Amino acid sequence: MGRSLFDKIWDAHVVCRRMDGRELLFIDRHITHELHAPHAFKKLKEAGRIVRRPDITFSALDHTPASTPGRDDTTNPEGKAFMDAVRAASRENNVRVFDLGDADHGISHVVGPEIGMVLPGATHAVPDSHACTVGGLGALAFGCGTTELEHVLATQVMALVHPKRMRVNLEGKIGALASAKDVALKVLSQIGVSGGRGHIIEFAGPVARALSIEGRLTLCNLTIEMGSRSGLVAPDDKTFEWLHGRPWAPKDAMWDRALAYWRTLPSDDDAAFEREVTVHCDGLQPQITWGTDPSQVIEVNGRAPDPTNLPSEQRAAVERALDYMGLQPGEKIAGLKVDRVFIGSCTNARLPDLREAAEIVRGQHVAEGVFALISAGSARVKREAEAIGLDKIFRDAGFVWGESACSMCAGANGDGGKAGERILSTTNRNFENRQGRGVRTHLVGPALAAAAAIAGKIVDVPQMKAGA
Amino acid sequence: MKAFTRVTGAAIPFLEDDVNTDQIAPIGAGARMSEDYAQTLFRHRRRGADGAEIPDFVFNQPQFRNGAILVSGSNFGCGSSRESAVWTFLAIGVTCIIARSFADMYRENCLQNGILPITLSDALADTLEAAVVATNGAAPFTVDLVSQEITGPNGLHMTFEISAADRTRLLEGLDDIGLTMKHRTEIEAFEKKMTDMLPWSQRADASGL
Ligand code: SF4
Repeated sequence: MGRSLFDKIWDAHVVCRRMDGRELLFIDRHITHELHAPHAFKKLKEAGRIVRRPDITFSALDHTPASTPGRDDTTNPEGKAFMDAVRAASRENNVRVFDLGDADHGISHVVGPEIGMVLPGATHAVPDSHACTVGGLGALAFGCGTTELEHVLATQVMALVHPKRMRVNLEGKIGALASAKDVALKVLSQIGVSGGRGHIIEFAGPVARALSIEGRLTLCNLTIEMGSRSGLVAPDDKTFEWLHGRPWAPKDAMWDRALAYWRTLPSDDDAAFEREVTVHCDGLQPQITWGTDPSQVIEVNGRAPDPTNLPSEQRAAVERALDYMGLQPGEKIAGLKVDRVFIGSCTNARLPDLREAAEIVRGQHVAEGVFALISAGSARVKREAEAIGLDKIFRDAGFVWGESACSMCAGANGDGGKAGERILSTTNRNFENRQGRGVRTHLVGPALAAAAAIAGKIVDVPQMKAGA
Repeated sequence: MKAFTRVTGAAIPFLEDDVNTDQIAPIGAGARMSEDYAQTLFRHRRRGADGAEIPDFVFNQPQFRNGAILVSGSNFGCGSSRESAVWTFLAIGVTCIIARSFADMYRENCLQNGILPITLSDALADTLEAAVVATNGAAPFTVDLVSQEITGPNGLHMTFEISAADRTRLLEGLDDIGLTMKHRTEIEAFEKKMTDMLPWSQRADASGL
């Protein structure tokens, strides 16, 4: 029997079986972050333990810093305590911090891949559910809680129950206006928010192959929204080209050695999956969430559901979501007035995302009364965008060109909306109150977000074509 | 970690599916280093925009304020990995959560904190939910991990499944890190092996090796 990509990475990293039957999986790269790490560092210290492998452990400061242009520690005063706690604990343990102002500062899931820290076939852990993002490079990542974080700090392994395998075959060729985010939303609409529970998802098929590496990172970012702790795409020549020359990637002879190994990673033809799903993406149009969970997705030309047409057990949840979102049953989504637009987060704030948005924004202006914020996924993305003048396009159009942070995605840095406001957001969670109490979040890709900022309302496909 | 053997107390009916951790333990602009987790629990649903408690909301009802057992639907605890979504329940005295299914990370976070996560088949869940709703906090339910039984008013009785490993860990309140530390020599040997086989995996810096 052949082995899948997941099996190959898992098997290579199992240290041994613990007495309770769990397998100890070695973690090659571990990034903590300031919102969840202080508590773990504190408990570690209280137990008289130290960080076992500070050389492959890092700390990001991404959730709490302000995104305000020119921000420092004090711009979001609540964040300072978290950041200082992680700085101090990291210093004590010889762990490198990607601090504010560092050339490699940014959201951990963006920084890990872009500097070549996270590599194909590697295992990765972050005390954050979107650790799965790096699956786009063919790495196996596990988000974890605070106690598991402490466990990784102390031992460099995770104690895991062997997950099951699932393959999502993405067939067809997506439409010209769609991007990786739309593919992910489409998958969510088909398999739901628990469709991948207990499984590691491998995304395969022509659509996965055709996506850029940044697109694959976006796609894998949303695996946790599908209920799966991790998702991956097999590494290929595109992956290797993307990684080659990144600052931390292996070089010269070591690169050749790594490359030879990476080429052995893709799933064998006869690899078995406990679950297999096909999602048809041919001609896929931009998608948008209408409700309060990321699987409540429609095409942007579509209408919100009418609960009277639904089986009774689904009705209450849909009615509640419609009510929260301020939508009538069957209402058309295009044309709804938008109050804020956020382009950012570990989902959609890499350079191609910003470029996609800039194409639409160029020479136009944000509609009256709309607050539009861009927060690049990392300091590097921000620099690269500025080097090609994207910041100017956005600023001229009336966008706020913010500093890199999680920002409005979770609002832990104070960014967010007001009750009743409608936000078009390139993030990954449209849960009630996530972007502020009573805020109505619609998840979209960068192009649709940009178009809505200009129009002041959600636009449909013909309007996107006319405007762009 | 605190050991779990049995719990007796009110069973709180919270019969929704896909309850996410952003709901259970909102972060938002209120992020603080030291937090009153009892206040955090379902903060946005417990209180109106004016800050006043919404009396109907189940966790505000007097009989459920210090409930011991939570009963919920499928995919409980989906979304963010935040462990505060477990600590909030501990803060009000809930030490057992019974659901039709759990999100993977949430279940793990429960085990790490001595909360017993029980997954019931739909048939058993139907029976239990009906009993919990009908009782409405007026009589206690008991969950016993030793005998793997749930009992309640009017002769309610059912058994539940849990893996032997998870059961032992909860019953003995085992320190997970301590368990793993016993394998220190194997971890060291693994690191050595990987340094030879996949050297780049054991170094993370700009050295190029
Ligand atoms: S950008 Fe959002 S989803 Fe990503 S790590 Fe930050 S808070 Fe989490």
